[in-house]
Amino acid sequence: MFFLRNAWIIPAIPVASFWVILLFGKRLPKKGSEVGVAALAIAFALSCLTFGAWIARDAKPAAEVVAATAPATAAGPGHVEGGEGAGGAHELPSETHHAEELRPAVDRNLFTWFEMGGTKVEFGTHIDGLAVTLLFVVTLISLLVHIFSTAYMKGDRRYTHFFASLSLFTSGMLILVTARTTLQMILGWEIMGLCSFMLIGHWWEEKPNSDAALKAFFTTRTGDVGLLVGVSILFFGAGRTFDAATINAAALSGRMPHWVLLMGATALFVAVIGKSAQFPLHTWLPDAMAGPTPVSALIHAATMVVAGVYLVARMYGVFWKAFSITAPGHAGFNPVAIVGGLTILIAAALAFVQNDIKKVLAYSTVSQLGYMVMGLGVGAWMGAVFHIFTHAFFKASLFLGAGSVSHGGSHHSFDMKKDMGGLKKHMPITFWTFAVSSVALAGIPILAGFWSKDEILLGAGKNGYTVFLVVGLMGAMMTAAYMTRCVYLTFFGEARGNAAHHHPHESPPAITGPLVVLAFLSVVAGLLNAPGITLFGKWNLNEVLVTAGVPEHTFNYGYAAVSTLIAATGIVIGGLWYFRNLGPHGITQRVKPLHAGYVFLDNKYYLDVLYTDGVVGSIKGPIARGAYWVNQNVLDGVVNGVGIAARRVAQFVYDVIDQQVVDGAVNGAGFTAESGGSLLRVFQTGRVQNYAAIMFGVAALSALGLAVLVTK
Amino acid sequence: MHLNAFLLLAAFLFCTGVYGALARKNAVLVLMSIELILNAVNVNLVAFGAFQRSIVGHIFALFVVAIAAAEVGVGLAIVLLIYRNRHSIDLTEVDLMKG
Repeated sequence: MFFLRNAWIIPAIPVASFWVILLFGKRLPKKGSEVGVAALAIAFALSCLTFGAWIARDAKPAAEVVAATAPATAAGPGHVEGGEGAGGAHELPSETHHAEELRPAVDRNLFTWFEMGGTKVEFGTHIDGLAVTLLFVVTLISLLVHIFSTAYMKGDRRYTHFFASLSLFTSGMLILVTARTTLQMILGWEIMGLCSFMLIGHWWEEKPNSDAALKAFFTTRTGDVGLLVGVSILFFGAGRTFDAATINAAALSGRMPHWVLLMGATALFVAVIGKSAQFPLHTWLPDAMAGPTPVSALIHAATMVVAGVYLVARMYGVFWKAFSITAPGHAGFNPVAIVGGLTILIAAALAFVQNDIKKVLAYSTVSQLGYMVMGLGVGAWMGAVFHIFTHAFFKASLFLGAGSVSHGGSHHSFDMKKDMGGLKKHMPITFWTFAVSSVALAGIPILAGFWSKDEILLGAGKNGYTVFLVVGLMGAMMTAAYMTRCVYLTFFGEARGNAAHHHPHESPPAITGPLVVLAFLSVVAGLLNAPGITLFGKWNLNEVLVTAGVPEHTFNYGYAAVSTLIAATGIVIGGLWYFRNLGPHGITQRVKPLHAGYVFLDNKYYLDVLYTDGVVGSIKGPIARGAYWVNQNVLDGVVNGVGIAARRVAQFVYDVIDQQVVDGAVNGAGFTAESGGSLLRVFQTGRVQNYAAIMFGVAALSALGLAVLVTK
Repeated sequence: MHLNAFLLLAAFLFCTGVYGALARKNAVLVLMSIELILNAVNVNLVAFGAFQRSIVGHIFALFVVAIAAAEVGVGLAIVLLIYRNRHSIDLTEVDLMKG
């Protein structure tokens, strides 16, 4: 309980380490990296203890917990109304069997952040299964990334600042994860936005890097507008509260009008699209590869992009109700699922035409984030959260592996076609960890990716989202194929470019150590929710899921077999194409329509062109000219008009008010005082006896008056 | 005896005092005239007190005598200072405060 109530310490540690590194880092023997590693090691240890405390927490019957946390929701008027709408999800088919037991979330208010208009905004922590899981993942990945960076970034220009930013970045995610209120989430969210900018632009001396940093910042910022709007809408909609649990309860109770929820959820989802790099705002993520590789690993596996998915998972009551996700007779699609599904396919297709190993992985991340978002969209909450969990391990492993390749094998190049190939024998550890993680990503059974992806597909199939089941399966095949391509180009075939001319060698232990740990976790992490174990589902069950009645499906061998088969097909196709050199190679060059498709993919669907030339260019060009015309004619007219009017008014004020009224009053007062004074000075003779005479005269008159009054 | 006799005496004294205070130029004489005014009041107080069989009037008169003594003390001191400065105690010449 101590760890659950004091989870705020975990985000506080990286914040402290950020300041220590920033202020004293350069004077320390290892330039501040030791502070970062130590801080994350402590945070990770605390996260493990918190995880342990959470598992040890007494589970209570789910109905009891829900009734205790939100008495109003159970018997509120909305429940009656809910019967006809999405609330009917309670009556979903037999497979809606939630674990009967639930660990109640631990809420704690630390202090009052501020008060406005009678609304107290508290700063506190909300610790439940989701928070604990992410604490574990984020601190673990961040710790490994820190360790990796000590070797990878050795001798860098801004080594100290790099570690400071890493710490702050991690703390941003940890603040978001432990946040109790939506405002705290914004705080963590924005810290990450800032840190991603700093880290992506770490080598800002080169123009593309600083451009990429700006692009990441502005693109996510576009979405962030939605976050502010959404939080505001939900603040008022739920009755002037920022508390996430209260907002969820209010949404699920049916007390909030549906259109308010729809607006709030849509606004929040815009933020998710930006942050979690969903189509059409995914373009920043591949460019973010300009940053150092460990940063990419951190961004893709544990922080930043996961934040968007986490936001949906955390505010699931709102999304659930707003988009009627598993309401009986739902349309079979909703914006969340559509965006997620589109992202899976679009990003996976792009991964085929990339020559930069990191960009392949980047598009792979975008695609996998699509799975998570789609999972949330089709009602597979647990699957999506589980995918965050497993994806973190194998994606971090892949990115760090790519870093290791460039560090030891390809002499700082990331171009697979030019500078890699045949590295298997030179870098055995890197190869094996990379291969294992690739297989895990592809979704081959017993490895991590299989279990979580399977849960999402199962949810899509069972909840009536058949289209998205197909999309997910296609995505699985593409994933398997492009990862095969990536592994082949990097580790097999002939050595090319730098891999041939420089002497490739295995990376130092600080790099391979994290790789081994992550590869190991990529193998075993998925077993947590394997049939017969399903620990992950029990740990992560929360009040929102039970209240909403989010369906949970048992492992289905049919689905598993199909998805395995499809993933295997993908690998086989990739293998035949590259390893056996079968199939119509060069077809994209020979056949015109296919070549057009290749060019289309190579240009990333022309989205960047659309954004820079279409959106931004149209502002720079015609809109700017229009704005200039408006400026010259309308605005200047208004401004000049205002100026002239102001002058006239001022003249009038000067002539009439100032000269006549004000001066008149002032002079009048002076004149009155002067004439009054000269009148009075007649009486002031300076002679005592005159005064006495006046005094006696007045006294006599008074006496006379008194006498008259009394005698009457 | 009638009360009126006392009141008439007091009125005569008062008027004499007022005349002296307003008309005389000699500062000492003005002070003496003020004493007359005060004592006119005293006569009234004692007379009313005696006729009403009340001790209050007598006590009040004693207070007036005491205050008058103090007043004369201060007044004579001022007159003395004026004399030292101007070698004259003509009140018509003391008009520094003329507006």
